[in-house]
Amino acid sequence: MPDVTFTVDGKKLTAPAGTLLIEACKTSGIEIPAFCYYPGLSLQAACRMCVVRIEKMPKLQTACTTPVAEGMVIQTETPEIAQARKATLQLLLGNHPLDCPVCDAGGECELQDMTFKYGAADSFYAEPKNHREEQKWSPVVYFDRPRCILCYRCVRMCGEGMDVFALGIQNRGSSSIIAPNIAASESPDALAHVDCEQCGMCIDACPVGALTSGTYRYKTRPWEMNHVATICTHCGDGCKTTLGVRSTTDGAEIVRGDNRDKSGINGDFLCNKGRYAFDFANNEARLTQPLVRQPDGVLKPVSWETALDHVGRKLRELRDTRGGKAIGVVGGNRLTNEEAYLLQKFARTVLGTNNIDHHRTADYVTFARVLAGKGARAASQRDNQTVPAVLLVGGDPSNQNPLTAWNLRSDVRLNRARLYVANSGEIKLRRQAKAFVQLAPFGYDAFASYLAGDEAASAGALEGGDAAKLSGFRDALQAEESLLIVIGSELRGAALERLIGFGLSLPNTKFALLSDYVNSRGAADMGLLPDMLPGYVPVGEPGAFAEYGAPAEPGLDVLETFDAAARGELAALYVVGANPVARFGVDPAALRNTFVVVQEMFLTETAALADVVLPAANLYEKSGSVTNSYGDLQLVNKAGDRAGVRSDFEMIVRIADKMGANMRALVPFGKGLRADMGQTRGAQSGEADRHAVWLTANNLEPRLSPFDPFAILDEIQRLVPGYDLLRLQLLSGNDQHLAPPAELVQIQGAPARRDLVLPANDTLFTSGTLGRYSPMLADLQAFEDRRTSKLNQTAAD
Amino acid sequence: MPRLVSHPDEVKVLSRRFGQGAENIDKYMELDGYKAVQQAIEQGPEWIINTMKASGLRGRGGAGFPTGMKWSFVPKQSEKPKYVLVNGDESEPGTCKDHVIFLHDPHAVIEGTMIAGLAIGAKMGFIYLRGEYRYLLKIVEKAVADAYAKGVLGKNIFGKEGVDFDIITQTGAGAYEVGEESALMESLEGKRGVPRIKPPFPAVVGLYGGPTVINNAETIASAPHILLMGGEAYAKLGSERNGGTRLFGISGHVERPGVYELPMGYNLKKAIYEVAGGVKGGKKLKAVVPGGSSCPVLTADELDVGLDFDQMGKAGTMLGSGGIVVLDETVSIVEFALRTIKFYQHESCGWCIPCREGTDWIKKTLQRVYDGGGAKKDVDQVQYLAENMMGRTFCPLGDAAAMPTLAFVKKFRKEFEDYIEGKRAGTPLITEQELVGAH
Repeated sequence: MPDVTFTVDGKKLTAPAGTLLIEACKTSGIEIPAFCYYPGLSLQAACRMCVVRIEKMPKLQTACTTPVAEGMVIQTETPEIAQARKATLQLLLGNHPLDCPVCDAGGECELQDMTFKYGAADSFYAEPKNHREEQKWSPVVYFDRPRCILCYRCVRMCGEGMDVFALGIQNRGSSSIIAPNIAASESPDALAHVDCEQCGMCIDACPVGALTSGTYRYKTRPWEMNHVATICTHCGDGCKTTLGVRSTTDGAEIVRGDNRDKSGINGDFLCNKGRYAFDFANNEARLTQPLVRQPDGVLKPVSWETALDHVGRKLRELRDTRGGKAIGVVGGNRLTNEEAYLLQKFARTVLGTNNIDHHRTADYVTFARVLAGKGARAASQRDNQTVPAVLLVGGDPSNQNPLTAWNLRSDVRLNRARLYVANSGEIKLRRQAKAFVQLAPFGYDAFASYLAGDEAASAGALEGGDAAKLSGFRDALQAEESLLIVIGSELRGAALERLIGFGLSLPNTKFALLSDYVNSRGAADMGLLPDMLPGYVPVGEPGAFAEYGAPAEPGLDVLETFDAAARGELAALYVVGANPVARFGVDPAALRNTFVVVQEMFLTETAALADVVLPAANLYEKSGSVTNSYGDLQLVNKAGDRAGVRSDFEMIVRIADKMGANMRALVPFGKGLRADMGQTRGAQSGEADRHAVWLTANNLEPRLSPFDPFAILDEIQRLVPGYDLLRLQLLSGNDQHLAPPAELVQIQGAPARRDLVLPANDTLFTSGTLGRYSPMLADLQAFEDRRTSKLNQTAAD
Repeated sequence: MPRLVSHPDEVKVLSRRFGQGAENIDKYMELDGYKAVQQAIEQGPEWIINTMKASGLRGRGGAGFPTGMKWSFVPKQSEKPKYVLVNGDESEPGTCKDHVIFLHDPHAVIEGTMIAGLAIGAKMGFIYLRGEYRYLLKIVEKAVADAYAKGVLGKNIFGKEGVDFDIITQTGAGAYEVGEESALMESLEGKRGVPRIKPPFPAVVGLYGGPTVINNAETIASAPHILLMGGEAYAKLGSERNGGTRLFGISGHVERPGVYELPMGYNLKKAIYEVAGGVKGGKKLKAVVPGGSSCPVLTADELDVGLDFDQMGKAGTMLGSGGIVVLDETVSIVEFALRTIKFYQHESCGWCIPCREGTDWIKKTLQRVYDGGGAKKDVDQVQYLAENMMGRTFCPLGDAAAMPTLAFVKKFRKEFEDYIEGKRAGTPLITEQELVGAH
């Protein structure tokens, strides 16, 4: 659209023709108040707050529905306009309960702010206000009708934004009321409820305190919290969430999650997990003291020093007597990149083993290998918001990657993007799809082969194998000039390679591979793999990692490690933030002759078998960086705190120290880098201290503490292919898209690797082991179960 | 069937078939029915629109927009189907003109719909009746069925190859708001009856997203007559820039209430005192609501005015929907104002704040005044509320509630103040019982 010039309050402005006046003014720093206007949702013009005077128009006009036009002359703050807005506010306040002193929104309320601005403080009605009792629509959504100003943001957010349509309007005129989709008369407990995804977007969109959150309501006042921007610990989408934190006697309690400033890759979006499922941190079952198994077999609380001494001594002894190959390490999907990197470095350089792995939820090894040198083809989460066409193969973003689903829906709705869905299930996103093919169960490999040109594969791809349907689907994809292929974890190894190969045959295709947890991608990128160093560098050809001096032989993968334990060949197992015993169904007896150290928040199935359990901080209680499924790197910031727990980073460092490791080699910190007369690192062999040289070259100071994750981030940036950071971006709280490394050393003649990908298959109300400790997720699951069992009963009757 | 009234001053164009059994299709055709549409097929869209423009016909729903011009706004080419929509959601209190058309001459509506369709290139029309007119639906449905049976509607109508037209009837569910054209379209599409944002206007994006002409039933029913008698001849019947005749429903305290067809520009005072026989029982006239309850009230001194859109506008009120309500000296304006706002409060769709909350607070305040708990500042309060609704609402319903309220408190302020002080004028119009059950 060409630009037009118009005048607002005497200022000449330009904007593309067709821009809504309210938006054009906003970009120029002129704020026009509005309740019902919400960017990205359909227009309402219902609240009448954004009225402005446009020359030659008889009446005041709503800025939210008026596109700017050449030569338009607009006044936004005249006495007439101020009076109109004031009168509207007076009308709203007439029925508003004015319970601001106890309202959750008090201090963050758009109605308060506007009343303050327009001075509509007088109340001159003698009649009683309309009143209705508050309603609990679900464990997380409460509705107070008297506070509602009927802006319909919630209704639109739920319908247009979420494609859920759980909210509507009942009655008319001053009796109008927002109503949920399960009427009291149809509800098992005779109360109105929402049958929905419990995302809480309605609460977030509510400009007043009419919709409040079950986890937060009446807990605190907004100004009593500190607000910490960090990244949600749940799925692999990497939403930014702002945690509201309040001091308690034993630390800092997280009381709220939202994306307060609408920044980050998720904008205003958060799903139920991001919004509510931080409460595992306050779970009573939380471990806050190290536990050491006594000769009588009982885990007993001990001091940190005692526990760390014990672990350090035992691991050193076992390494020295049985060798590194007899030690296994399992890392987690919710560790920071710094922790994951440090863990593998500790395993390889201190424990002397490549027996390190993690629970893989997508095949990033193949993904990185196939896209090596094609960095521009790796999609960012942000691409989902703008690409003209998307192919979604496998996965169920609505349940497992809700931001991806939100972005795809928004792209279809706002940009008319064409979404193609191929899935063995009738996933919800098919409703936005231009074309949907339902694949046969396990038909993904055949589907990838079909796309790659194997016509015969259509039989395996579709149940009933209607080749015409598939060929139409493929033709449509091949006609796309700029396609994004979002791939579920169902595609691995050769199938993944074939699908990407098909995409590479089209112009400009980008790719993304979905995974299940916040740092699943980071865990793989950081080398929690038995055969790969960070950046997918083969252990046998370590390149820059030669300075590790690590073993060149690939180690045992996670399953082989437990097999070794069962054979009595595993002397020690070090588990950091993972629950492999439950995840992989390990026989507990397999570990009876293994010294097991587990860093955990809770006494999980794995921790319960350990000889030493070290109480760990969770992702919301530490700082560092994480990489989402798309390779978008973001900073996590410490929000909550709990007396007694330690971050995994700190514990790894302490254990290494107790083992007598060279700390400056493990974590490059301190002035000693240059002040120790060359006693550390490569200097001993006469080489320059490469790390110090690199720091200087990058204008970075050495870190002063071995517990500072940024000391390792420096090293990650220096050594890990693909992690070439823009620190300013990261430190500003922005996401930074990382492309796969330009060149990867291909493993020559490597044996075909086992498929170790095990999708977690989480729903909206589960989140691996961690989710089991979230009371709110448990409540929501129970709520959902009750509701659906009632529905089933009704159906059976 | 209600008794038809008549007066020598009437000019019967639209009502010329009333009372002659024209709801029967054969009778209708005998009385020149379906001739205009055949002429329209022969002459083509341009001729229709030019004739309509020449007729000076202005929308009979109340806004008075020139019909020919409205039809000419519909784009000739459209990817989506075009529609003709007949607004029979006659809900404005005091208005009962469309009612008699549907009752006595339903085929005129059908024929008018077809003519509008031919003018804009639509092949489908909808006749939307208000929810409370369910009993008229039978008549209209029968008329539509008869028209299909006669080959007047359907494929290749009048044996003309490729000329198709279909009509679908629908009733509302009892909401004044859907008389607003875009709310009517929402309702017809099966959604909540709330108005749409304009632009786009219906002529460009209307029903189901297609270009749509939506006209009042009386407007539509006038079209066949206009084509038959010629635009200029029709225009000459009325006053300047207000062509033709229209149906006026005169009700309230008059000797001979009823629906009369009078030329546009006919004197209001004459209409009350001569056509409708003057104030009932020889009482003194107190006030007149001239065009449905949303029009500002006229006092007894303001009645010497011509009944057309422009003259009424100059007099500070509106021609509206032609529903003239006459109030004699026994009426309490306080009560009448309350009754009026109760209607709008009940009918506000709730979409926008000024209308939803404004009608509610005016009603609550007037109710208290009426109940004897008023204070003088309440009159200011009502005026303030109405002034701040005027022109600020999403659709014209807010204005429709504010305009009469403002006129009542401005023109009868003393009566309000006296009432508050205990000096009550008038006797109750209706019982509270009736108020609860009304509309």
